[in-house]
Amino acid sequence: MQTSRRLWLIAFLAPSTILFAIFITYPILSALAYSLFAWEGIGRREFAGLANFVRLFSIFPYPRLLANAFAHNVIVFVLTMLIQNGLAVGLALLLARGPWGAKVYRVIFFLPVTLSLVIVGFLWALFLNPVFGVVNKGLALAGLGALARAWLGDPATALLSLILINAWRWLGFPTLVFLAGINAISEEYLEAARIDGAGEWEVIRRIIFPLLAPAVTIIVILTFIGSFNWFELPYVVSGVSGAPNRATDVLGLLFYRTAFGEVDTGLQDIGIGSAIAVLMFLVMVSVSTFGAVFLRRREVEY
Amino acid sequence: MRGSAWTPLIHAVLIANALLVLVPMVIMGLSAFKTTREIFQNPFGLPAVWRIENFSRVWVEARFGTYIQNSVLVTVLSVAVLVAFGAMAGYALGRFRFKGNDLLYLYFLSGLMLPIRLAIIPLFILMRNLNLLDSPWSLVLIYAASGLPSAIFILTGFFKTLPADLDSAARIDGASEWSIFTQIMLPLVRPALVIVTVYNAIPIWNDFFFPLVFIQTEARKTLPQGMTVFFGQYFTDYATLFSGLTLAAIPIVVLYVILSQHFIRGLTAGAVKG
Repeated sequence: MQTSRRLWLIAFLAPSTILFAIFITYPILSALAYSLFAWEGIGRREFAGLANFVRLFSIFPYPRLLANAFAHNVIVFVLTMLIQNGLAVGLALLLARGPWGAKVYRVIFFLPVTLSLVIVGFLWALFLNPVFGVVNKGLALAGLGALARAWLGDPATALLSLILINAWRWLGFPTLVFLAGINAISEEYLEAARIDGAGEWEVIRRIIFPLLAPAVTIIVILTFIGSFNWFELPYVVSGVSGAPNRATDVLGLLFYRTAFGEVDTGLQDIGIGSAIAVLMFLVMVSVSTFGAVFLRRREVEY
Repeated sequence: MRGSAWTPLIHAVLIANALLVLVPMVIMGLSAFKTTREIFQNPFGLPAVWRIENFSRVWVEARFGTYIQNSVLVTVLSVAVLVAFGAMAGYALGRFRFKGNDLLYLYFLSGLMLPIRLAIIPLFILMRNLNLLDSPWSLVLIYAASGLPSAIFILTGFFKTLPADLDSAARIDGASEWSIFTQIMLPLVRPALVIVTVYNAIPIWNDFFFPLVFIQTEARKTLPQGMTVFFGQYFTDYATLFSGLTLAAIPIVVLYVILSQHFIRGLTAGAVKG
């Protein structure tokens, strides 16, 4: 290769490579390394081996906080899969029949996806206010006043409320991904099945669902990563401590509190914070890799 | 079973979901024009008087003008850097055979898997050492860097699909590498540039996490971050809060109404093939 060609290649590739190395690769490798050191404030001290992980799993209050937050991330994932993505499959099947106005529905359904979670969170926090919010007022108007409650203040409903707020914001995304998946299925398959006398439900179950597997794989992985990345919504609606009484605490909040300190306890511990980050990192990367391989194997070729 | 009996039921479900999306937004918009007392007494109706002054209060007193300006600046700069760098790298990776090409491509793609927020502690220390804490540049650099994997992934793919004789013909005519890139190649991948822009600009505009950690000075805060300040200050003043929410939502909603197809295609890129 001539020298000038090589110089051009370097000029084209260098900016991205340098930016990516300094602000992505280096911090990620450092994050892994930080978990193996002892810390005082934000000053790094001696190499500590796995001591931070040992403390995280054995010294009060960390094991309990970790288990509590982890369980909430898992609940977020499971309920989001069931409620949000279940609804999304249904809506996509309806939209795929090409009803009148399907284009407009698509645009409306996707609208909240573009809004900041901060706006969405605050908006629903106002709506869910036990005294002044429209949700309880609406329930009262509908004669269901008995259901009215402090949705975000009651530990029994706080996390579920956040999951529903999050689903309100995201629903359009899986809906349109599933819709694209259904639309990509060749009309011949559907016609052939119908000619063979398959009912609507049979067409859905035997033709559409198996061929929708690639879209399902992507949505499962994205939902998993999204659920374990939860931060903005609980931070904005419930505060950095996961109120009430840590009912909405998730790993993202716990990580942020241990890394940067908590207002009410002043607890800051970068060693522990880094250990939490490494655990989250391992969970996310391994599950999404496993998911991609395992779920992909079940996909039907056509 | 197609059409006929099921059609009304299908529309009922679709309309119900459309209302679920739109009613909260309409209540927000209407409440923005009411007094707080009116919001409590008549939450669902039209405002008795349309109070536009609610918005001017938010714009000036609550510094929304400043927040929006900061958000625009950070978003435009970040996207400009990442699209420019990403296009250059995508061009080199997509159209030149050289040693290490595949390896470098995979190196960038690894960024798609890595949740960069988990590296916030080293990033914080890095920004402090670079003297960039509390500067919009800290945001621009991290947004541009974390947008590169998707940009390079999308653009390399596009550059690869362009016919091979395009650049060789220009090269024989004596065109320089830079002018081949800017005059011939870039215009041809414009659809991909739009996708990359939307895919990155919306999450950057909406991001709250990095400003929360990097920016302290009031006058440098971005819109989502400023919202949390604002909610802390006005937490019982519902009229002002709803005006603020409406004002914060307007830029993106207006853009979305005009460019909805680009938004949908851009934001689902990566999850939807082709």
